[in-house]
Amino acid sequence: MQIIEPLTLSGNLAIAYAVKQLDVDVVAAYPITPQTTMVEKISEYISKGELKANLLLVESEHSAISACLSAAASGARVFTSSSSQGLLLMHEILFITSALRFPVVMAIANRAVSAPINIWNDHGDIMPQRDTGWIQLFVESAQEAYDKVIQAYRIAEDDKVRLPIMINIDGIVLSHTYEPVYPISDSDVASFSPWNLYSPRLDPDNPITIGAFCYPDYYFETRYQSLKALNDSLPIISNVDKEFGELSGRSYGIVSPFKCDDADIILISMGSISMTVRAAVKKLREKGEKVGMLSLKLFRPFPSKELIRYIKNAKAIGIIDRAFSPGAVAGPVFTEVTSALYLSKMDIPSVDFFLGLGGRDVKMEDIKDIFNILKRIVKTGLIERHSYYIGLRG
Amino acid sequence: MCFGMIEIRWHGRGGQGAVTATELLAKAAIKQGLYAQAFAMFGPERRGSPVVAFNRIDKEPIEVRSHVYEPDVIIVLDPLIIKIIDVTAGLKPKGTLIINSKSSPKELSELFPNFRIAVVDATSIALQRLNVPITNTVMLGAFAKAKSVVDISNIEKVVLERFDQLNVEALREAFDKTIVLEV
Repeated sequence: MQIIEPLTLSGNLAIAYAVKQLDVDVVAAYPITPQTTMVEKISEYISKGELKANLLLVESEHSAISACLSAAASGARVFTSSSSQGLLLMHEILFITSALRFPVVMAIANRAVSAPINIWNDHGDIMPQRDTGWIQLFVESAQEAYDKVIQAYRIAEDDKVRLPIMINIDGIVLSHTYEPVYPISDSDVASFSPWNLYSPRLDPDNPITIGAFCYPDYYFETRYQSLKALNDSLPIISNVDKEFGELSGRSYGIVSPFKCDDADIILISMGSISMTVRAAVKKLREKGEKVGMLSLKLFRPFPSKELIRYIKNAKAIGIIDRAFSPGAVAGPVFTEVTSALYLSKMDIPSVDFFLGLGGRDVKMEDIKDIFNILKRIVKTGLIERHSYYIGLRG
Repeated sequence: MCFGMIEIRWHGRGGQGAVTATELLAKAAIKQGLYAQAFAMFGPERRGSPVVAFNRIDKEPIEVRSHVYEPDVIIVLDPLIIKIIDVTAGLKPKGTLIINSKSSPKELSELFPNFRIAVVDATSIALQRLNVPITNTVMLGAFAKAKSVVDISNIEKVVLERFDQLNVEALREAFDKTIVLEV
């Protein structure tokens, strides 16, 4: 591999850079903070002739994802991105994109949803997309965002996968933070994620129908095929990450455990916050506390088996949720983790921690507070509450 | 050069380029082989309203993603902002306060006792050299003088890539004219 000097890029610009290297054919998007600078940069690449792509500046996010779906149906490599309300407006078409098995890649700068209007980060926009049938990845840095976009096309266009992928980067926190990013060369990108798009596609010479009406006699089977494709994509996602590691020296895993082996207490998190959690675990380990953490890099398909492997010996588990699932048993991530535990016949005390909504800053002290609550549970064997709202006033 | 992680908070007004300054400083640090972050408290900013932006610089990979609460260095782009904002909030004892001001270091140290003060009249330099009262690149020169973290040569390189030779000359003048008053 060619050694390349690091660039100083924000998460958004790192993704735009990868999109350029991936030689995407069609980009359709509608601007929304904090995603905007990503598409602005791509637009600049196109205007300078550095990327030969069609940029469709459409009238809404609903149209953006529809344009991507259609372009993918014609055999193009496509990219889009959104945030918050924009992603919610795409919701309807997201199901169609995955069920028709189009390898659309979308970067999401995760942002809180209205009301009240808030432009800052949480996972309120992505959680309502859980059941849309897309592969959903979460990252911790601009570097990882860059690396995952390259991996995403390889995964999405794999003949055994053929599914759309969402790469989630925390809005503002990652989308607008500049940090070092080591790119790989254009030729490495091209050989790692070669263009692999094939029929069925729209072709004027050989007309076909895609997404036609389906009676009860076949709907169930058709939907099952998408479900199975998503579940079966897990080992492929994992292998692509490993192979990328061989190429670049950077591999992330579909779950990323830290100090879990002998840990009594494990905290599970997703996205950029995992970095602060890992730093807190390091500090507590220095004091001799047996704590660990695990960063979930893949949320759909949910990596139950891989997760259980690392957390099965814990005496207490904390799960961070950065979105509400109003009226549900608990938060979205907690529900997944505890279901996985139940199906593995494991009864480990688990507590849900809601924090960092609408951009509320998460400090190292907040994480230490969480570990103290979990320590008390291990010590007393008593769970006072199953959910905590860290830093909530009033 | 020996240091742990350095955290910097920039104060300016919308339009003065605080966010760009953090990006350029991170770029210069990374060029030097260091690790760095540049980020801001984004909101619905308007031209002229107070803005805050941050840098972290370290020899090791940076593992923290929270805001900066106890900075080592404060950089003030606008001379009047000290009247409306508590710019030294959270600044570590004996931390460095770098101010764009016509006041003398002594006058400023009376206003902000117990801090290292670095001062330069960046607005005059910017007006003279760049014809605009935009002081972000100028204050990068003051930073290079006040803290031996990022070499001025690396700062000059990134400023030249982004802007022009006039900005480089302006920051060099600020480097030469910045007066540092130790605690």
